[in-house]
Amino acid sequence: MKTSAELQLDDDGRLRHLLTTEGMSRELLTEILDTAAQFAPVAGAPVKKVPLLRGRTVLNLFFEASTRTRTTFELAATRLSADVLNIDAQTSSTSKGETLFDMQRTLEAMQVDMFVIRHGSSGAAHFFAQHAAPGVSVLNAGDGRHAHPTQALLDMYTLRCHRPDISQLCVAIVGDLMHSRVARSDIHALRALGAREIRVIAPRTLMPSGIETLGVIPYTDMDRGLDGVDVVMLLRLQRERMRGSLLASPGEFHRAFGLTERRLAQLGSEALVMHPGPINRGVELAGDIAYSPQSLILQQVEHGIAIRMAVMAMIIGRGPTA
Amino acid sequence: MSASIRIIHARAIDAHGEYERLSLGIREGRIVHADATPPDGLWDIDIDAEGLLLAPAWIELAARLREPGATHKADIASELRAAARCGVAAVALPPDTRPVVDRPAVVDWIRTRVHGTGSPVQVHILGAATVNLAGTEISEMGALANAGCIGIAQCGDALRDTAVMRRVLEYAASFDLPLHVQPVDAALAGEGCAHEGAMATRMGLPPVPVAAETCAVGQWLSLVEATGARVHFGRLSSGRGAEMVAQARAAGLPVSADVALHQLLLTDAALRGFDTAAHVQPPLRSEADRATLCAQLAQGGISALCCDHQPHEFDAKNAPFDLSEPGASGLDTAWSMALSLLDAEIIDGPQLIRACHTQPLEILGQPAQGLAVGARADLVLLDRAQRAAVDPRLFTSRGRNTPLAGKTTGGSVALSCIAGVIEHESLDAHRLHR
Repeated sequence: MKTSAELQLDDDGRLRHLLTTEGMSRELLTEILDTAAQFAPVAGAPVKKVPLLRGRTVLNLFFEASTRTRTTFELAATRLSADVLNIDAQTSSTSKGETLFDMQRTLEAMQVDMFVIRHGSSGAAHFFAQHAAPGVSVLNAGDGRHAHPTQALLDMYTLRCHRPDISQLCVAIVGDLMHSRVARSDIHALRALGAREIRVIAPRTLMPSGIETLGVIPYTDMDRGLDGVDVVMLLRLQRERMRGSLLASPGEFHRAFGLTERRLAQLGSEALVMHPGPINRGVELAGDIAYSPQSLILQQVEHGIAIRMAVMAMIIGRGPTA
Repeated sequence: MSASIRIIHARAIDAHGEYERLSLGIREGRIVHADATPPDGLWDIDIDAEGLLLAPAWIELAARLREPGATHKADIASELRAAARCGVAAVALPPDTRPVVDRPAVVDWIRTRVHGTGSPVQVHILGAATVNLAGTEISEMGALANAGCIGIAQCGDALRDTAVMRRVLEYAASFDLPLHVQPVDAALAGEGCAHEGAMATRMGLPPVPVAAETCAVGQWLSLVEATGARVHFGRLSSGRGAEMVAQARAAGLPVSADVALHQLLLTDAALRGFDTAAHVQPPLRSEADRATLCAQLAQGGISALCCDHQPHEFDAKNAPFDLSEPGASGLDTAWSMALSLLDAEIIDGPQLIRACHTQPLEILGQPAQGLAVGARADLVLLDRAQRAAVDPRLFTSRGRNTPLAGKTTGGSVALSCIAGVIEHESLDAHRLHR
């Protein structure tokens, strides 16, 4: 059985789908970031469009609610001149009993070139890629706790804009590592780019078993974990997980694991702060930090479009796929 | 009247040892001769088993036949046919059919269907411990026993609390029914579908910690200690759980345990690529767990081996991992892959027969059989030279879902004889004379 890393490449090692950053070579990852850099000026041009995907159809298939991510995928495809369809799969035929497999077959019959899929099950995008018809590609917009590769790519792109040599960096990823697909994808991407050290910081209730096998150093003490760190990547904490059996309260989480002004000051003025959004002020970070000079949060959003354009262009913008 | 059969010059294994030469005579479904020298007289069928391995048939402790309730997956006729073909002489049916086996009418219905197939495979039905397996109200166990249930089970479904666990145990003991449990703490297992460890973390699959099993084992052992009632632990998956049961057995508690064959052959590494064939419950665990399970089977801490047969239709596995249905079709790989345990020197021949024949009969409360004179003629001839990669397309079960596809077998079933009737043979022509 092919892994997601194997399944997403064609015989020539080029992207056939995008499912994960795990196992991605530094060369391929860098190529994606370089391509994104070429697309970045499009946003500032008088006509925000290039004709690369004219005649191609991209279908956004979101089984989980998402406005922001879906919008950036839609904008990316539109700027590449693709036709874009949005299907809110939460209210579609799977809720009437149609299997995912049958749904995929049906939608493929509409001559779709690319599925952008978000689903609550880990491996859902992998499943789509396994069954994809020739010439149809799958772009993973987040599957369960497994992967969110475009988020990780835009994080790397943003980071590279400020720290061109990622191999010099010590990066801490903080928060709900248990349920976070962003964390997993960021870890793989940082590893591919050779980051000097990757730390993960969370209470034991949100720290998945065996995470050190991903090449990270786990910490349960925020202050010790942040000591000497160059970049802090904060993870979003779902509201329903702030109280109950995983955490006592948002306030205690903030005191123990939140990025406060004091902690940021201790890191020094060169340290960078990232968050995939949307932020919970006063939980993952003190409200003022989000828009401080050290915060890259808004740039992350902006860069998301260029990264998604780059990935779409690399997969379906270079002629018919196998 | 079934044909008389003579099998000569076989190598043989039973629970007591290995025999260089054994010849059998079979009449009226029973073994009438078992000795190093062939029996005299006239026989309808004469089999030269030179170079083949003769063994008592497999007794399966957990086979879902999917009827009533899930005939889109398999049915009683198809799976009993597969059992007979694969050298499985008896199967125990867990009660989680639809409707659940929680009243005599369902037992009668299943018995009628089994009888209608004419299969020689014996079917032992386990009754549900609670009404609809909901874990709250105790079922009418006396009525279930009268209807022919040989034990009580709750499968992997949760009982409401420890008080219900205790009452179920005591009530079953009142009717001299052993309780079969699949130890799992529902709260700890949650929505998990993969062993808690590096693999599940990497793949982002909701985890099932080992503690989900050991906490449940610990609770049941405490209750057994308090009540003296019998418990059989089915489908252990963790090394620690197996050690806990082994210690309890050594201390004299009336408990037994089995392990599914796939737990001895695979680890959670089989989940690679989100392979839904490897989605089983309890989940495939770590290499350390696998090694301890193997050691405990060899030492007798785990008494029995089963295939935990759960046939599925294609669609049940054609889904993202956590949305696919757990379970593996096991009858077709029971003997062929169990033989690979001998190659790997995990257990020896007599240990295998104890684990897949002698102990399961005892756990099910059935009389001892084996290869002795007077025993029911349930036996197999195994060809250790016929090794191949497991190919689900060749399965006789309707379920083709196996995580063992492509694994090299340790041999094949060359002949399956159930109740003195040859249900399958793939012998060379020169070996069999009618």
